[in-house]
Amino acid sequence: MNAIEVRNLVKRFGDKTVVDHVTMSVAEGEIVGFLGPNGSGKTTTIRIMCGLLTPDAGEGTVLGHNLLTDSLKIKREVGYMTQKFSFYEDLTIGENLEFVARLYQLRPAGEYVGRTLEELGLASRRDQLAGTLSGGWKQRLALAACIMHKPRLLLLDEPTAGVDPKARREFWDEIHRLARDGLTVLVSTHYMDEAERCHRISYISYGRLLATGTVEQVIENAGLTTFIVTGPDLNEVAAELEGRPGVEQVAPFGTTLHVVGSNRQLLEKTLKEIGRRKGTRVEPGETSLEDVFIQFMAGSKDNMA
Amino acid sequence: MRNTVFSFARLGALLTKEFIQMRRDRITFAMMLGVPLMQLVLFGYAINNDPKGLPAALVATSQDQYTRAIASALENTGYYRFDHVVQSAAEAEALMAEGAVSFVVTIPSDFARRVERRDEPRILIEADATDPSVASNAISTLSTVASQALLREQGMQAEAAEQAKQQLQVIVHRRYNPEGISQYNIVPGLLGVILQMTMVMMTSMALTRETERGTMENLLAMPTSPVEIMLGKVLPYLVVGAVQVMVVLAAATLMFAVPFVGSMPLLFSAILIFVLSLVLLGYTISTVSHTQMQAMQLTFFFFLPSLMLSGFMFPFRGMPDWAQWLGEIFPLTHFLRIIRAVMLKGANFAAISTEIAALTIFVILFAAMALFRFRRTLD
Repeated sequence: MNAIEVRNLVKRFGDKTVVDHVTMSVAEGEIVGFLGPNGSGKTTTIRIMCGLLTPDAGEGTVLGHNLLTDSLKIKREVGYMTQKFSFYEDLTIGENLEFVARLYQLRPAGEYVGRTLEELGLASRRDQLAGTLSGGWKQRLALAACIMHKPRLLLLDEPTAGVDPKARREFWDEIHRLARDGLTVLVSTHYMDEAERCHRISYISYGRLLATGTVEQVIENAGLTTFIVTGPDLNEVAAELEGRPGVEQVAPFGTTLHVVGSNRQLLEKTLKEIGRRKGTRVEPGETSLEDVFIQFMAGSKDNMA
Repeated sequence: MRNTVFSFARLGALLTKEFIQMRRDRITFAMMLGVPLMQLVLFGYAINNDPKGLPAALVATSQDQYTRAIASALENTGYYRFDHVVQSAAEAEALMAEGAVSFVVTIPSDFARRVERRDEPRILIEADATDPSVASNAISTLSTVASQALLREQGMQAEAAEQAKQQLQVIVHRRYNPEGISQYNIVPGLLGVILQMTMVMMTSMALTRETERGTMENLLAMPTSPVEIMLGKVLPYLVVGAVQVMVVLAAATLMFAVPFVGSMPLLFSAILIFVLSLVLLGYTISTVSHTQMQAMQLTFFFFLPSLMLSGFMFPFRGMPDWAQWLGEIFPLTHFLRIIRAVMLKGANFAAISTEIAALTIFVILFAAMALFRFRRTLD
């Protein structure tokens, strides 16, 4: 059984369709990355899945419970970590955890709280107000509070926004540890390196799911060709390439230029001309996930216009 | 499967959280107790429906005994204070126009002569009626006071007695408040007004604060029911309200010596229902507003008419019928009747049962509205 199995979810706010027929499934024990630009509908989709929003159309199950009728059962078995820190800043760390433990009726609450504080390494700061914690610690506290009731599915909405690289690394190690114990995780993110740490990714833009699969599959299915251009006066070369037939993206990477296009023949033809410049070399390169996403974003904007 | 609608354990968690937050929010906490006391003292001493010692000007051209008798008789009523004695009507007119005096008493120069000749002696009293309530009591005492003073001055006590025998005697008893002390009316009313102000305002922000801080999303994602969230928000303020009631009632009897002739338990039960209706109203406001600012505006939108139409500021029975009907929709109106009846008149349950029933209806209505309006989701 899949942990998440939703079909044709639609959510509109006013006349704006924020989630447009999204169909996706997440297998148990899987870590799925949910990617897309700002305002693409990631948060809305996640909120629908944990019962915080009712979809205007579509159906599905989360942990075997009907999305439309059993949202209370879903809430009990899902851990949802909001994008913005949403625990009480005027309560201490201990009080926040105790509040959560008692709401989920975990007994004895004190034991759960104590164990969680130990695992977090926050036992000594139990009486500190949550509002005084740094971004990284707030995120760790939020995660700990979300998994205290042993959920079977974890929904994380941009959990690492504004967190330093070390804390991010530790956070992902923790996510993988939890997944090994059988927890299913759906995590939205902007970071490519985080996407690469997921078993599978789904890319959503303007409410539409554009691609789904492993990182390799998504890159392959995008059907993009990438060339790397090196040599002198790269700025000039970049300007010259912009808008030429077959060239869809030109992006400087250090001392090289990544040139990406979906029509291989056209791109090769254009680059052959560029390669005649003195000192300029053109080599085939590997398409990165970022190249694919940039391509998606450009493409979906065109759809909207 | 555990009970999903109501659990004492979950309510307990919500209540604990709310009390901790209340305790940490020092300013709000101080306001909950400090403001009622301040308002009670301020308004209790300041508001007076029966103003006395009002500044007046005396226009008297002759200094005869009758003029003096009338002037001193007026001053003895306590309503008039002759700050200005002027010679011309023009001067007096100017004083009234600039607001320096509320009354101008003119005793014509031929007054003494007319008294002695029994030729319809007249005095003129002009009152500044821009504020009718200022003038009313001072004027109502006038005619008897003046004519008695005149008879006394003429040495005609016997005639006065004779006249009294023939006249129709109207006996007035000022029941429950024989001395007409404003505080007896104002102070119990203030309790209602203060409770309404603090209770509705505090609870009206209960949910919007969670929404604005982003904690609502988390709260809704956890297994709590609307009933638990409502009670978790409303009950702590009921406790605060109870404390306010104690403080204000103690101050009312100690500072203003307001008599308490009725049953204490009866009054407390009525106050409890009143406060419950207020916190539920505040909570209902909270479910319809999106920001704390909106909640505040809605509270004031409700607050002002209830103050004006409840009978706190102006006599309820003096309003036109439609306004009285409108006044009935405010819990404060019913509470004022209850507290005045119980404290001053010693009313029993039967006497105030309709008012209690009205308050109970408000409680049920507001609770139903709040639960209906409450969104389990973020839609």
